[in-house]
Amino acid sequence: MGVEGIGARVARKEDKRFITGGGRYVDDMVVPGMKHAVFVRSPHAHADILGIDVSAAEAMPGVIGVLTGKQIKADGIGNLICGWMIHSKDGSPMNMGAWSPLAVDRVRYAGDAVAIVVAETKGQARDAAEAVEVSYQERDAVTSAVDALKPDAPQLHPEAAGNLIYDWEIGNGPETDAALARAAHITRMHIVNNRLVPNAMEPRAALGVYDKAEDHYTCWTTSQNPHVARLVMSAFYNVAPENKLRVIAPDVGGGFGSKIFIYPEEIVCLWASKRTGVPVKWVADRTESFLTDAHGRDHVTEVQLAFDENHRMIGLKVDTIANFGAYMSLFSSSVPTYLYATLLSGQYNIPAIHANVRAVYTNTAPVDAYRGAGRPEATYLLERTVETAARELGLSPAELRRKNFIREFPHQTPVIMNYDAGDYEASLSAAMQAADWDGFEARRSEAKSRGKLRGIGMSCYIEACGIAPSAAVGSLGAGVGLWESAEVRVNAVGTIEVLTGSHSHGQGHETTFAQLVSERFGVPLDSVSIVHGDTDKVQMGMGTYGSRSGAVGMSAIVKALDKVEAKAKKIAAHLMEADEGDIVIENGELKVAGTDKSVPWFQLALAAYTAHNLPGGMEPGLKETAFYDPSNFTFPAGCYICEVEIDPDTGITDIVQFVAADDFGNIINPMIVEGQVHGGIAQGVGQALLEGAHYDDSSGQLLTASYMDYTMPRADDLPSFQLSHQNTPCPSNPLGIKGCGEAGAIGSPPAVINAITDAIGTNDLQMPATPQKVWATIRSATRH
Amino acid sequence: MSDVSMVVNGRKVSGHVEDRTLLVHYLREHLGMTGTHVGCDTSQCGACVVHMDGKAVKSCSVLAVQASGSEILTIEGLAATADADLHPVQAAFREHHGLQCGFCTPGMIMAATDMIRRHPEGLDEKTVRAELEGNICRCTGYHNIVKAILAASEKMKGMAENKETVAA
Repeated sequence: MGVEGIGARVARKEDKRFITGGGRYVDDMVVPGMKHAVFVRSPHAHADILGIDVSAAEAMPGVIGVLTGKQIKADGIGNLICGWMIHSKDGSPMNMGAWSPLAVDRVRYAGDAVAIVVAETKGQARDAAEAVEVSYQERDAVTSAVDALKPDAPQLHPEAAGNLIYDWEIGNGPETDAALARAAHITRMHIVNNRLVPNAMEPRAALGVYDKAEDHYTCWTTSQNPHVARLVMSAFYNVAPENKLRVIAPDVGGGFGSKIFIYPEEIVCLWASKRTGVPVKWVADRTESFLTDAHGRDHVTEVQLAFDENHRMIGLKVDTIANFGAYMSLFSSSVPTYLYATLLSGQYNIPAIHANVRAVYTNTAPVDAYRGAGRPEATYLLERTVETAARELGLSPAELRRKNFIREFPHQTPVIMNYDAGDYEASLSAAMQAADWDGFEARRSEAKSRGKLRGIGMSCYIEACGIAPSAAVGSLGAGVGLWESAEVRVNAVGTIEVLTGSHSHGQGHETTFAQLVSERFGVPLDSVSIVHGDTDKVQMGMGTYGSRSGAVGMSAIVKALDKVEAKAKKIAAHLMEADEGDIVIENGELKVAGTDKSVPWFQLALAAYTAHNLPGGMEPGLKETAFYDPSNFTFPAGCYICEVEIDPDTGITDIVQFVAADDFGNIINPMIVEGQVHGGIAQGVGQALLEGAHYDDSSGQLLTASYMDYTMPRADDLPSFQLSHQNTPCPSNPLGIKGCGEAGAIGSPPAVINAITDAIGTNDLQMPATPQKVWATIRSATRH
Repeated sequence: MSDVSMVVNGRKVSGHVEDRTLLVHYLREHLGMTGTHVGCDTSQCGACVVHMDGKAVKSCSVLAVQASGSEILTIEGLAATADADLHPVQAAFREHHGLQCGFCTPGMIMAATDMIRRHPEGLDEKTVRAELEGNICRCTGYHNIVKAILAASEKMKGMAENKETVAA
């Protein structure tokens, strides 16, 4: 390993601009003639639109235009779509209701966009938006998915009778039922996975610019995948053909999944720019983000885990209801199906699994992938159930897990996934040692002497990352392939640009990807630049989500580097009159092995471009493109242990230690990987202790629509974390990388709740474990 | 409409703004200084922290007219106060990986600089975490932000002591 190559803790190349105020986010963009947009949004969760009067608004100072759903329909802009087809168990395709970018005759959640106002200043646009008169006829609303399935529930979409989008299953029902019938013990739980708001610190934003002379659109947008945004806006929403639409995602202030999806606002801003003849910028305020960013989680599940007399797991039966909100967001359908139920085997050998999932419309914000996307839901229900089972069976939680660990690879689960490598014992042992598990009872006693309740809990997670083999996901309903692309351009002076279809919104690709190149060719990190986020600069790519940029994005770079290296060696062999097979690259030089002959990297690059002396028939230049389609998912796994101390008088939970032992396969930059884990754990602890989106049942109003009402984890809610890695290289990609972006958010919620339930002595506790809830649970437990 | 004039990062500026213009919008939209960010509408997130007359303020909670006549320091001007390429707090955030997406970072650094100034005796983890109550980060879990602030505090303490030694 070099000081800047693979495995080095290199400080980030991109940091300088962020720490000096030089970052360039969408809201920082200014183009000539740019005006400002504010959306008129429904104040009602469910209502018919009887009429919209824009005349007063149009007459307000500074107003350039007020546009509505009828106009966008008339101009032929299409409805938003969900890009992953799921079939119900009866074979019927999912029931997708229409989602117009601006509501035409009905609104289905509080925040649904009804009109756009474009004005000289944002203040004027806001004033005018207040003056748009929308006449509503209110309907009854339903916000809980369980309630929405009831026969008398308000109905959202004519396409989805009973609000049911699909009723899907996976695994083997009869075998699982048979296992339950012969079980020596069954642990049953009712698990609620609370609804979360992703809350990237940069609110969503869009700047649409229509160039009339060229009939061309440019869209600056807060996107994790600008190429997919262009594809979808071209192919499905009819905004413009791809060659007439440039999408740029510049610096993006966090995503966590919420910026994967194509939302109404970017479509409407592009269309409004053409309609009004001015560039149109929209930036969400925070309450708008709460109301309209795709939310995450929101599952209600009944689970049964069956054991034989030797405490071996013999069957797992899961029945889940997933809340999809008012419309099907871009990848919503895949989250509680193939990203969720395929991970229900966890780290365990479970011969029979059956899961049934019903996806349901409600009068709430759309729900889609949020950090982990389905895998946190699977891990939470399984790890809470296993911990509860250990308590019921009188075993230590480690012992029960050890008895059931998968120890031989590859391992085919009953729910599609084929685990290729792992060592679950290694991470469990490392975590227990780091947490001083054996010393816990003494710490518990000491805490008790101070009047505190101390508890410890663990969670052993697995996830599927590196999404995904295109043919495999295609057969499961995906509308796109999930490969990645890279182009490596060696300039004539030997500096290198890498154009990647991945997108960085905090992950540090500008550093990590450059380390890969630096390692390969021995060039300084400073000579390598990473280009991403602009459809005019970069070839088609699939973007960043699902912890795929290392395993898939960097694998594409490796393939392109292989091609560059092969050509460079041919040129070097020709220049030095040596055999191609004898050329090695070391310390920035191409050498003939075993001799003192060498050509510096920059000279080789120059030779490729002067083309004065190339091998016969060779094209000039040194630039190669590659597409990489993974052959399997990757399977990061690990063990998290949380230790808490609870004040029984206040219900306040203090996390006194948090240990994470992860297997991410090979690691390029440990510092960046650790940062991903820290952030993931914070979001998981947030879900476990603090966060929850709450809608008022009867009015459908979002009660947690600001940072004063929705509890974001703050610095004093969290401890410092103890991290370690027990890596087994991934066999399916050239770098042996598994991915690290979501693990923290997947593994931590059950560890926290298992610790709290250990401390307070009851298994019956739902997230978030707020002080009030913990206090009430302690009180009710002592009453019995 | 109101006239405002102030000193921003050592430079005199003046303008004519709507009465309701917030300091953060004056900096971003009138002066084009986009390093200061807006992350919420309720003065919770702290992405907009700048220094006004030497003290950290949330520039979303100050009207531009209120700031008239003041000296404002933003993230863009911070390094110059240390007469260096990077202020020690900026350098510590980079060295300790105290940022990911970078959106909360300017506010974090300005808040941290003020925090260190108010605690010349030095800081401990508990104090740093308590003092960061008004700054939200969604990426880092605060782990490395806390490390960076503690390291910068130590470094600046050393620098102050050195300066005193030299002066003596």
